[in-house]
Amino acid sequence: MSKTGIGAPVRRLEDHRFITGAGNYTDDVNIAGQAYAAFARSEHAHASVRKVDASKAMKVAGVVAVFTGADLEKDAIGPLPAGWMIHSKDGSPMNAPGHPCLVQGKARYVGDPIAVVIGETQAAARAGAEALEIDYDVHEAVTDMMKTASSPIQLHDGAPKNTCYEWELGDKAATAAAFKQAKHVTKLQIINNRLVPNAMEPRSAVGDYDSGTGVSTVYTTSQNPHVARLVMSAFLNVAPEHKLRVIAPDVGGGFGSKIYVYPEEVVCTWAAKKVGRAVKWTAERTESFITDAHGRDHVTTAELATDERGKILALRVHTTANLGAYPSLFATCVPTYLYATLLSGQYDIPAIYAEVDAVYTNTVPVDAYRGAGRPEATFVVERLVEVCARELGIDPATFRKRNFVKKFPHQTPVIMMYDAGDYAASLNKACDIIDYKGFGKRKREAARRGKLRGIGFSTYIEACGIAPSAAVGSLGAGVGLWESAEVRVNPTGNVEILTGSHSHGQGHETTFAQLVSERLGIGIDQVSIVHGDTDKVQFGMGTYGSRSGAVGMTAISKALDKVEAKAKKIASHLLEAAEADIEFKDGAFSVSGTDKKVTFPEVALNAYVAHKFPSSEIEPGLKEGAFHDPANFTFPAGCHICEIEIDPETGVSEVVNWVAVDDFGIVINPMIVEGQVHGGIAQGVGQALLERAVYDDSGQLVTASYMDYCMPRADNLPSFKVDTTVTPCPSNPLGIKGCGEAGAIAAPPAVINAITDALGHENISMPATPQAVWQAVRKGMAKAAE
Amino acid sequence: MYEFAYHRPNSVRKAASLTASGEAKLLAGGQTLLPTMKQRLAAPDALVDLAGIEVLQGIELKGRTLHIGAMTRHADVASNATVREALPALASLAGGIGDPHVRAMGTLGGSIANNDPAADYPAACLGLGATIVTNKRRIAADDFFTGMFETALEDGEIITKVLFPLPRRAAYAKFDNPASRYALVGVFVSKRGRDIRVAVTGAGPCVFRVPAMEEALGRRFSPKSLEDISVDAGDLNSDIHASAEYRAHLVGVMARRAVLAT
Amino acid sequence: MPKVTMTVNGTSASADVEPRTLLSQFLRDHLRLTGTHVGCDTSQCGACVVHVDGRAVKSCTTLAVQWNGASVTTIEGLASGDQLHPMQEAFREHHGLQCGFCTPGMIMAAVDMVNRHGGVPDEKTIREGLEGNICRCTGYHNIVKAIGAGAAAMTGGKQAAE
Repeated sequence: MSKTGIGAPVRRLEDHRFITGAGNYTDDVNIAGQAYAAFARSEHAHASVRKVDASKAMKVAGVVAVFTGADLEKDAIGPLPAGWMIHSKDGSPMNAPGHPCLVQGKARYVGDPIAVVIGETQAAARAGAEALEIDYDVHEAVTDMMKTASSPIQLHDGAPKNTCYEWELGDKAATAAAFKQAKHVTKLQIINNRLVPNAMEPRSAVGDYDSGTGVSTVYTTSQNPHVARLVMSAFLNVAPEHKLRVIAPDVGGGFGSKIYVYPEEVVCTWAAKKVGRAVKWTAERTESFITDAHGRDHVTTAELATDERGKILALRVHTTANLGAYPSLFATCVPTYLYATLLSGQYDIPAIYAEVDAVYTNTVPVDAYRGAGRPEATFVVERLVEVCARELGIDPATFRKRNFVKKFPHQTPVIMMYDAGDYAASLNKACDIIDYKGFGKRKREAARRGKLRGIGFSTYIEACGIAPSAAVGSLGAGVGLWESAEVRVNPTGNVEILTGSHSHGQGHETTFAQLVSERLGIGIDQVSIVHGDTDKVQFGMGTYGSRSGAVGMTAISKALDKVEAKAKKIASHLLEAAEADIEFKDGAFSVSGTDKKVTFPEVALNAYVAHKFPSSEIEPGLKEGAFHDPANFTFPAGCHICEIEIDPETGVSEVVNWVAVDDFGIVINPMIVEGQVHGGIAQGVGQALLERAVYDDSGQLVTASYMDYCMPRADNLPSFKVDTTVTPCPSNPLGIKGCGEAGAIAAPPAVINAITDALGHENISMPATPQAVWQAVRKGMAKAAE
Repeated sequence: MYEFAYHRPNSVRKAASLTASGEAKLLAGGQTLLPTMKQRLAAPDALVDLAGIEVLQGIELKGRTLHIGAMTRHADVASNATVREALPALASLAGGIGDPHVRAMGTLGGSIANNDPAADYPAACLGLGATIVTNKRRIAADDFFTGMFETALEDGEIITKVLFPLPRRAAYAKFDNPASRYALVGVFVSKRGRDIRVAVTGAGPCVFRVPAMEEALGRRFSPKSLEDISVDAGDLNSDIHASAEYRAHLVGVMARRAVLAT
Repeated sequence: MPKVTMTVNGTSASADVEPRTLLSQFLRDHLRLTGTHVGCDTSQCGACVVHVDGRAVKSCTTLAVQWNGASVTTIEGLASGDQLHPMQEAFREHHGLQCGFCTPGMIMAAVDMVNRHGGVPDEKTIREGLEGNICRCTGYHNIVKAIGAGAAAMTGGKQAAE
């Protein structure tokens, strides 16, 4: 392994700008003469907007313009679409009403934007927004996903029963038959709590219009600028694709919430043309809480059938998924193809049947958040498995091993074809590291200190490397999920990589450079990674679903193949040898069996000078592109074990020990991969112990700031013990599976399994707040007293 | 934030005259006021910054009484050698308010004048039987905290310092609100001769004492004395973080822990 | 509008500002020192932490006019020329950042923590000292490691007197 190649813990190249304050985030962008946008948002969860009177607002000093939904309508700016078609079990297409960027008719959640005020300053715009007189006809709201389908309140004309779809997957009859045969059935009611992604950088957009060229430019906090441009052009009519430039500069975290196109970036881009100057908007945190797509929010009934030895026979779930007020861009696929397809977990389960009802409520739209569907599936499976093992009196590790998939490839009953893995290996390693055998002693020692100690497992699997285009197309996706790359070799031998992947914390500028360094034998400082600008990179699908390694880097690898092939041809002319005799190693081309060689930079220079090869055979220059469409999903998997201590007096749970052993296939940079695992675990622990979005009955978000929404802080978490096992991914040449979401997927059931182990009963939901745990401790004591 | 005028007087008298109308607000550390104004929940005509008034600063031990200037920052109380020696419970309470950056700005006077139901200092003032000194008078802590965000202060009245009589034993036990890190329940316990005080913050609409606990501790100053005493949940706050019942339970737990720590 | 003059990163800076101008806005909008970030409205995330007269404060929760004549250090002024501050170096070396948004505040808070502490704080002290700084990316694991290492570099490895 070279110091900067694949597998090396290279320190990040992007860090210098971030640690010196020289990063360039969207809110750092300022354009001469820019104005500012402030949005007037619905105060009501459900209301018809009868009239917006802007006369007072226009008199506020510094107010430049006011626009409403009617102005968007006049310019035929379309609503935000749903990007994934789901069909109900009766074959009917989903009911997916669009989301107007400014309310046209009804506001359907608190925060739904009604009008935008453009001002000379941020303060003027805000004062103008406050001066707008909005005449509402307030309707009753429905926020409870379990009541909305039967509610007399209707959110959308086109969505009877407030239902988007009633979908199913798997073999209902076979599953029912297996349950009939079962000797034991474990049944759980599971709430997967609603979360707010909370990237630390609030969303922001700066729209600009150049009347000379007719080009609109928008700087925006996006994980996928090309997708944003496509949606804004093809669906929203903001500008034709060739006249719209989307730039996502440094982006301060996404976790899914910055995949989607939001009203504000559309309006800023459109309004810049209307007012003839740049328009800037940056969310305040509370605005983020009431406008960023939320995550999770499922209510599930789940059953697991086993034989008398604890061999799993079948799994059956019914899930209600809250989509919020509108179907956000990828929302419809999250509780379906990203969820039910993972219900087999790491286990060989002969029959699975899942039903999912996706419903609308008067709440912020819900879409993918780190893990997206897979954490929900993992929580269902890993809770069921743990509880089943306890009920049968089988050690939970043994129970899992008994049921693991052991032969690959393995076709599950829910679409996925697992290609490689060794689930027992990661479980065994995790047990060794945490000293599973010594747990009883630790529990007794904790008891002497008055603490209840519990241990919980989570052997998770996820489907990443999203995704084979034809496959997702057949399942309803509106786009292909390949990735593109271009390798530009400069005459002096340094290299620019243009990628459709987007980096917002993942460290692509380092890991992608490591791949190039490894392949071309040049230093990583000779490589630049160019991303996040639709004018520079031709196209790309962006970063989410742990896809940038498996899909994005494979595209780069394929382009490098082409560069190497052409360079070899040029080298054969420079070395006056047959192409077949040229070898490329350590950055130099040599003639096999001789000491004749020419370095990569020399070949690059000659490619552009073009003196020494026949340009009738070889074109000058050295630049190649590639598109990579994956052949399969990738299947990262692993085992997380958590130990918790509960203070029974206060209900405070402390995570005291955490071991993660993950199989991500081949790892490019272990330091970065470990960092991804740490961050994912923190978000998973946050879901399990701290975080939840709470709406009151009227549809106000009660947890709309950090005063009430509990973010994990440093003192909520321990240091983690992170390790890996490796089975290379067979479906891409680099062997990469992906690591970005694993922690968030694995962690919640590990925590809850540990807490329920400590409590001695299963009656607790996420988040297991101190109050909830205190109540559960009391319940346990009452039960013991019976 | 709405527009306002800014004044930085160098004397309490000038500050008082600037705020006499009641349309201006005093700016102490600003750690509550400024976020409130940023959210456009408060719109004073003017802010009168007290940071330029020297007499409001400082910590001094006079006999058995600790004098702390109203504009003394939490961080300075927490790290001050005199306070740590004479009244460690107060130093530790100050060192647990907010976070390090909030403590670098927030002040004693600002905290008690605001009387947030979840603030820490009101528990110390009431729990120690402190005297609040203003430009007009002296107010016993028992008379100062009158309700949620309400105090005995009148328009134009400015806290200049707080006098803390030194107890023989004292401790503060706090259960943080997991999100905001304010006190979900905080209990300050002190013993000074026969004067035993148990003051509770976070749990109710305003800091309050628990006479039953004080009497029990008067009989025997031990956590055990509190085991059978509960506070009435009916008077306590209830929100998404904690029901009144849970808060009532935590008052007992924190009181026992505070006694243990004295 | 009042005129405010302060020394920012060693250079005198002055501007006419509305009283409602927050220190963070003064730095970002008037001086274009955009390394100081704003991540919340309630004084909790700590992305905006800067040093004022040697103390770490949340620049989003204090007015520029309060600091006439003060000396302010932001993330842009922490390094000495090309020589990174040991805490900056430690964050890079220990992968104490991912998206980088909380990082300036984190580093400024960390330097202040070590300055107040005087030595190398233990893990518990570091974690508690970060109560006012929220990171969504790193799970804090590597931030804690970086601060320990940065503290050792700043203090020559001196163990702190508690």
